[in-house]
Amino acid sequence: MNALPGMPWALPWPFDRSYMQLALIAGVVVGATAPLIGAFVVQKGVSLIGDGLGHVAVAGIGAALLFDTSPTWTAMAFAVAAALVIEWLRARGGTTGDLALALVFYGGIALGVVLASRSGTNTNLQPYLFGSILTATANDVWTVIALGVVIVIAVALTGRALFAVVLDEDAARVSGVPAGALNVLLAVLTAITVVAAMRIVGVLLIAALMVLPVAASRLVARSFRGTLLGAVAIGVSSAVLGLIAARVWALAAGGAIVLVAALWFVLASIGAAVRRAGSPSGSAAPHHGSLVTGPH
Amino acid sequence: MLNSAADRPANETAQQPVLRAESVSFAYGGERVLSDVSMAVQPGEFAALVGPNGSGKSTLLRVCLGLIEPDAGRVQLFGQSPRSLRDRWRVGYVPQRLRIAPDLPATVGEVVGTGRLAKQGWWRRARAVDRDAVEHALESVALTRARGRRIGELSGGEQQRVLIAKALAAEPELLVLDEPIAGVDVESQALFRDSLVHLVREHGAAVLLVSHELRAVADDLDHLVVLKRQVVFDGTPDDLAATGVSLGVHQDDLPLWLEELEA
Repeated sequence: MNALPGMPWALPWPFDRSYMQLALIAGVVVGATAPLIGAFVVQKGVSLIGDGLGHVAVAGIGAALLFDTSPTWTAMAFAVAAALVIEWLRARGGTTGDLALALVFYGGIALGVVLASRSGTNTNLQPYLFGSILTATANDVWTVIALGVVIVIAVALTGRALFAVVLDEDAARVSGVPAGALNVLLAVLTAITVVAAMRIVGVLLIAALMVLPVAASRLVARSFRGTLLGAVAIGVSSAVLGLIAARVWALAAGGAIVLVAALWFVLASIGAAVRRAGSPSGSAAPHHGSLVTGPH
Repeated sequence: MLNSAADRPANETAQQPVLRAESVSFAYGGERVLSDVSMAVQPGEFAALVGPNGSGKSTLLRVCLGLIEPDAGRVQLFGQSPRSLRDRWRVGYVPQRLRIAPDLPATVGEVVGTGRLAKQGWWRRARAVDRDAVEHALESVALTRARGRRIGELSGGEQQRVLIAKALAAEPELLVLDEPIAGVDVESQALFRDSLVHLVREHGAAVLLVSHELRAVADDLDHLVVLKRQVVFDGTPDDLAATGVSLGVHQDDLPLWLEELEA
């Protein structure tokens, strides 16, 4: 499956080269799907889970380097296993869970470094730590597309129920929403997102792409639906603008993408502050009477 | 122990209760929170569960809803164990207030819509009948015009009514509310009372209200259970009045009595 090179279309500069077009596709897919999962993760109050799963994915990459297999699937195996352990610990509650998380995360990255060193060279980890979107192959991009499709379908089917669970887990459970299974699903989807994004922005910056567009969007959006759509738009535009900046100024693409997302967050904060200052009622106590239509 | 449930007319007790707890015991660690608790809520009944702090009210509620398993005894919702109940929409649950994060980016309509998932099926899109039910739920708590507002912009009392509308959206046959009126402004208390009475009288649903502030609904209650790790009273407000404790007329009667129980 080595199609995709050359591309059936001609794009203007800076996307005139084949490697830029591959990067564009991968960047847009990850820019759209990472915030899609991030919106639920942020609302659940576990914003940094993507960071932790990224650490664990390093163990999978190290194993792949050692045994000379595909890093995607070994990273996926490690990240999904860690996601399941973390969700199990979270459901049990308690502070020992927090320490256990640290054990899983740092044990993961340490194992990755050790495995990679056994394979002869540590430098092969670099593209996965910091991202290497400009060297992505057609196969890499197909993998990202496939993982992106899985995420979009899963959110389309379960998004309403996931929203109910992050809103109030007990109430969702009482009303028959399978909260436990959906929590596991969200953890697994987070792991899939991490693996899809690791070649693009690197495991150290994945959480940023899941969280920053959501953090920006929820400042200005009124509804959860609006937050989702806004976060996707910000994620996609960050990927496109970051790639352009990377080409123009010869920057590291992953870092440039995340910096654009951070810039969006700053702009959204300013926008929200201006709107608060400008609105007559402000964010202060709303006057109750205006809402009331009277009982029927 | 006062127990006048047995004295009630046969036609009331002959029906299958919507909720029944039988000899339920529960302990957290070594501390026993519920001891041999039995109670029932009949269809169409407006019932209240009261007790001092730490009396096990919330624990009993969580057991009744199937969120935790009792150490002994059993619970039935509509004649089935809570976990095997298929039609989950028949039970609506309003948790204690302030469970909504103040910066939640969601509209009132979206939050109430999640309450409908129990009936529409959590994997399904909303159809016209679902949107109508959400609309009706918003109407019954007088928040129709707030549908598109961000929930964090609402007052505490309004947010509480949103949570009630969320539970009403599935058109439940039993609505369970955990301490819903604490700290809510007087106007919201009145609207809250109206929406519960509407549910009981017009829709024939049963309500179980867990609270220690019963003034707002004192005149509407059919059934009262007082809990202090075990059931210390089970009967009508009139039965309670016969013992010299009133619910609402002298507003401090019940709280004072609960305090005495604590001593």
